[in-house]
Amino acid sequence: MSQVVHPLHKFFRPSVSSTTNCAGCGNGIVTQSILRAIDELRMDMDAFVFVSGIGCAAWIPSPLFNADVLHSIHGRPIPLALGLKVALPGKKVMVVSGDGDLTAIGGNHLIHAARRNVEMTVICVNNKIYGMTGGQAGPTTPAGVRTTTTPFGAFENTFDISRLVIGAGASFVACWTTVHARQLTQSIKKAINKKGFAFIEVQSQCPVQFGRKSGMSGSVQMMEDYRARSIRVEKAAGLSEEERAKKIVVGELVDVEKPEMIEEIERMKARAAGRQQ
Amino acid sequence: MKSDRVRTGRYFMMGNEACAEGALAAGCEFSAGYPITPATEIANRLAERLPGVGGAFLQMEDEIASIGVIIGASWAGKKVMTVTSGPGISLMSEMIGFAVGVETPCVIVNVQRGAPTTGMPTVGVQGDMVQARHGSQGDYEIIALCPSSPQDMFDHTVTAFNYAERYRTPVFILSDAFVGHMREEVVIPAAEKIETTYRKVPPEGTDPRTIRGFLDEDVAPMPIFGRGFKAHVTSSCHDETGKRNLIDVSSLDMFVRRLSNKILKHKEEITIVERDYAGADVVLVSYGAVARAAQAAANLARDAGLAAGTLRLVTAWPFPDQEIERMAAEAKHVIVLENNLGQMYPYIKAAAAPFASVSFLPPRLIGRIHDPEDILATIREALR
Repeated sequence: MSQVVHPLHKFFRPSVSSTTNCAGCGNGIVTQSILRAIDELRMDMDAFVFVSGIGCAAWIPSPLFNADVLHSIHGRPIPLALGLKVALPGKKVMVVSGDGDLTAIGGNHLIHAARRNVEMTVICVNNKIYGMTGGQAGPTTPAGVRTTTTPFGAFENTFDISRLVIGAGASFVACWTTVHARQLTQSIKKAINKKGFAFIEVQSQCPVQFGRKSGMSGSVQMMEDYRARSIRVEKAAGLSEEERAKKIVVGELVDVEKPEMIEEIERMKARAAGRQQ
Repeated sequence: MKSDRVRTGRYFMMGNEACAEGALAAGCEFSAGYPITPATEIANRLAERLPGVGGAFLQMEDEIASIGVIIGASWAGKKVMTVTSGPGISLMSEMIGFAVGVETPCVIVNVQRGAPTTGMPTVGVQGDMVQARHGSQGDYEIIALCPSSPQDMFDHTVTAFNYAERYRTPVFILSDAFVGHMREEVVIPAAEKIETTYRKVPPEGTDPRTIRGFLDEDVAPMPIFGRGFKAHVTSSCHDETGKRNLIDVSSLDMFVRRLSNKILKHKEEITIVERDYAGADVVLVSYGAVARAAQAAANLARDAGLAAGTLRLVTAWPFPDQEIERMAAEAKHVIVLENNLGQMYPYIKAAAAPFASVSFLPPRLIGRIHDPEDILATIREALR
């Protein structure tokens, strides 16, 4: 009897035999979407460098992906990724981290990397809560949700992450949820090949923390909620801000061409060399 | 095209500019920083000079990103440096610990300024000595060099790069506003006379599963990115292969001890001091800008027939305790001079006290280098 091996197993680090994800976590869907995108592009893992921060989503590439992986400190994967990209312009640099890591503690780096339009793919797994530390509110936690640090209900306004990154100047921005695994995979493929800062927000269920705290029974109900509330960007144009706030606007929100930083650095070097001749 | 890295010659040059030239001579390929007085001239010079030799300087959104981006570039195999002053070091502290934990070669220049907090930016102090040693959380060792002159800013920047590469660790240059802004003669040697080194890396084509790229007390080869080594790099507790272990406390013990021992085991070869205390009853121990006043005072004392000498620490960390012991064993009185309220003093006293009497002399005003006459008066008092 031959052993059945998952077609994406070839991308796994040989020394890894288990996952740290909780049952029902959306991380598995995001992981598969990333690896399917790489597989469908017929790319090798050695073409990539992965960087992550701290939090549940940061454990998607680390240690699972059999590639160069830098698992960094909280909030800082993007500066490290930028340094790697400047030094290895021929490699595809991908950051995988969560909403807390990328938009709270690391928010400054996110907006500046988008402004610079430096070529890299950033996948932000947005579960709207701090999962690893036991369910604290973040800049994405909806008003009213009782978390361990908002026991009387969250009381702050939230980030619309995709719009934040669009406003900061990214050249590719897509937003999907874990019910959109196929669409997500296609957007990741585009992001990998984008000459510019490519950002993908994936709204992803955390049944253990966000689910319990928001009164959902589990990951199936959470994904059904994603399906019910999702609206394609093409259909969202006519919505008022109030109507929009209740929806998840999904799709490829921005895909434009603009000067990319690594290429601009090369032009700058050429100017410097020319001036000295 | 002939490389413009090493501008061999004799110059009248500012310390900060000499630091940038030292970085170029050492092979620095990439630098990043955020504007701050009194370190800015180093960044300006690197921004001007690096692109012409195929490198780049990036001005980042803050100091956290500045050290982050150089650590990333170092993992891609580049020789890197960031430049700042105390407030920037405070912001970088967590990243410095990360660089130590994942054994990343990088040079961090701190041109110290009046502190605490925003303090007095254009005045030199030596207020960040212990911060350099203990600024990030946990037990770890760091290397720090203290230049006293623009020539030192060139020479010891080269040394700092070599140490960073050899020991796979962040190396501090602890300068200050006086040394950074001072202009003196700087001699830049011919390129072939400047010794430079590059980190060990696994041979090309090494099977990734056989690489032990971490936690070797004799410095593991660095599995730099982009060469198919499939390195897993995490600052969380890990083993020699980079595999994370957050359960077994003996793994944490190994993580802590081996990182520290990697530096401590090589302390002797890292230690640089200038000894000028043969036959001296009183020895002045100092470093950085203050060492100049100490030397002037020792000369005055000798002219007056007093048996005075000096010990100048270039390497402040790892703390050169054996050098202090050796000196104190020959001396009767040790006077520690620092432009602060006594940061290295407790360390020096602990090493010297079994052998000699030890006292501390701050300048009359913190932020002003000692008057050699004041030091001379203290020498006379010690010998009375």
